[in-house]
Amino acid sequence: MQGEGSTVLDRFRQGDVDAFETLFRMYQRSVFGWVLRIVRDPGAAEDVTVEAFWRIHRAHARFDSARGFEPWARRVATHAALDWLRRQKPESNAAPEMWMNVAAPSTGDAAVADEIRRKTAGAFARLPAKLRVAAVLAVVEERPHKEVAEALGITVAAVKLRVFRALRLLRKDLQEQGITP
Amino acid sequence: MTKDRDQGTGVGDQEEQMKQMLREALPPLGADAEPDHDLWPAMLHRMDEESARGASSIPWFDWALAGGLVAFAMIAPRTIPVILYYL
Repeated sequence: MQGEGSTVLDRFRQGDVDAFETLFRMYQRSVFGWVLRIVRDPGAAEDVTVEAFWRIHRAHARFDSARGFEPWARRVATHAALDWLRRQKPESNAAPEMWMNVAAPSTGDAAVADEIRRKTAGAFARLPAKLRVAAVLAVVEERPHKEVAEALGITVAAVKLRVFRALRLLRKDLQEQGITP
Repeated sequence: MTKDRDQGTGVGDQEEQMKQMLREALPPLGADAEPDHDLWPAMLHRMDEESARGASSIPWFDWALAGGLVAFAMIAPRTIPVILYYL
């Protein structure tokens, strides 16, 4: 199996489209799942997954088989998702509404809790894209910092710093809206 | 020292509260999420589209060169036969 996988990777590196299709079919689910965690919109996640694999296809000659396909694919996909987030205008960002449609635990006064969640989601959508990606992966999805760092191509310390900055900006935004965490 | 430790705990608590608020506002999406359909046809479409675009697109410097030649020919029409001779 290892030998077979290596052969596919070698053929992919040489530009073989059949090998690329094999890898696409093997990893499309995991890449889609990763992208969905970042963009949080299934339709957009499909587009970004295809974009990520297109970038992977174009960069086949630069692929280093010693480092494994999945971490590389995840890194390319993270950057494609980051580019997608940057292209979204905050005022037209439908994602917060979509996030609110997902069941969340209700506590005490449901209306107040919903309002707080809506404002938190809105404030989060206004954060710079690179801070959002680090925070959503590390805090919301609770992925290990090391994994987030590898996906973003930065150090673990840089991930922690981005998360810290994201939380600080989020708190400031919420405080301006009269919500004190 | 005690003050620093208290401040540190306070900042840590605030950070934890913010994390909790964020998790409540944006519920985690499970790792088992998968696309509604096979994405390979969309990938093939994208590859065809890009290869067609690549074949039909002319690099900007070719357009710049052609534009320069046209402008030069308009300024000095007598050079047209010379240009044609060297093409």
